[in-house]
Amino acid sequence: MGNFAPAKTTRTEVLIEDWASDKDAFKNVSWGKAMMWIFLLSDTFIFSCFLVGYMSVRMTTAEIWPNSSEVFALTIMGEHIPLILIAIMTFVLITSSGTMAMAVNCGYRNQRKQAAILMLVTAGFGLCFVGMQAFEWSKLIEEGVRPWGNPMGAPQFGAIFFMVTGFHGFHVSIGVIYLIIVAFKVLRGDYEERGYEIVEITGLYWHFVDLVWVFIFAFFYLW
Amino acid sequence: MENGSDIQGQQQHPISLYFKVWGLLFVLSGLSYAVDYMQVQGELRWTLIIIFMFLKAGLIVAVFMHMVWERIAFVLAILLPPLCILVLIALMSIEADYTYFNRLFFFND
Repeated sequence: MGNFAPAKTTRTEVLIEDWASDKDAFKNVSWGKAMMWIFLLSDTFIFSCFLVGYMSVRMTTAEIWPNSSEVFALTIMGEHIPLILIAIMTFVLITSSGTMAMAVNCGYRNQRKQAAILMLVTAGFGLCFVGMQAFEWSKLIEEGVRPWGNPMGAPQFGAIFFMVTGFHGFHVSIGVIYLIIVAFKVLRGDYEERGYEIVEITGLYWHFVDLVWVFIFAFFYLW
Repeated sequence: MENGSDIQGQQQHPISLYFKVWGLLFVLSGLSYAVDYMQVQGELRWTLIIIFMFLKAGLIVAVFMHMVWERIAFVLAILLPPLCILVLIALMSIEADYTYFNRLFFFND
């Protein structure tokens, strides 16, 4: 894992050499991958701004913040389970991240059929996630939660909820479309000559969506 | 090559590693859900949530997104800029205290 550099040069020397070199600083990283990472970096800032906005709103409100554990509870077979819907959504998204990692692995083994199938399975889990989110939204709207107010407490709760989960859900939906398109191109054999790095790049986007959910889950649902 | 991937910069790693990380992510998610389920409150709750969150995020970025195998120049270019957000968090929380006290002072009946 840590064998970055040949034994004689240190990490710092490698870093300086890379950044001081002609043409490109990112050796061994294709443009496609570098650009995806830079896009994800910009997306990190967007989601961070949302979450910092949420922090400010929650710190400044003089009213009680709704108890998310209860707001997102479900009664399943007569049992009242707190936050269960969100827990299931989290597990679905993690499962999809796992199948995506498998797809990347198959891609690099040139098993294009398995890679495409695993990508479609990932997209299926993504759809499942968006479906549950739609259920969650309609449930809350039915209970009277609006971007400008709600019956449980601080009115900003609705604004933050719809904005943050909406933006994340939009990312998941785009990811599903992206996955399906790339999966079909992989299946058709479009990448036989160029190699299957495209699966890894698509995977980066998908793992990022899961990564953002980790933060939303912690700060919005659990805090 | 030198960073454990081949000439084209491909990321090929044993599948067992992915399975281990996958399992670990499940366990960590289960633990963070348990924090809520057991109704752990106060500072212990926030500490546990933050720890599990960073462990999960770290595993995803390091293994699933292959950051541990990338060259250091690239890793730093991607992972250092988000640290600016810490400044934003600090500024906004200072401002939030001031707003909150003003609201208590002027809007409370």
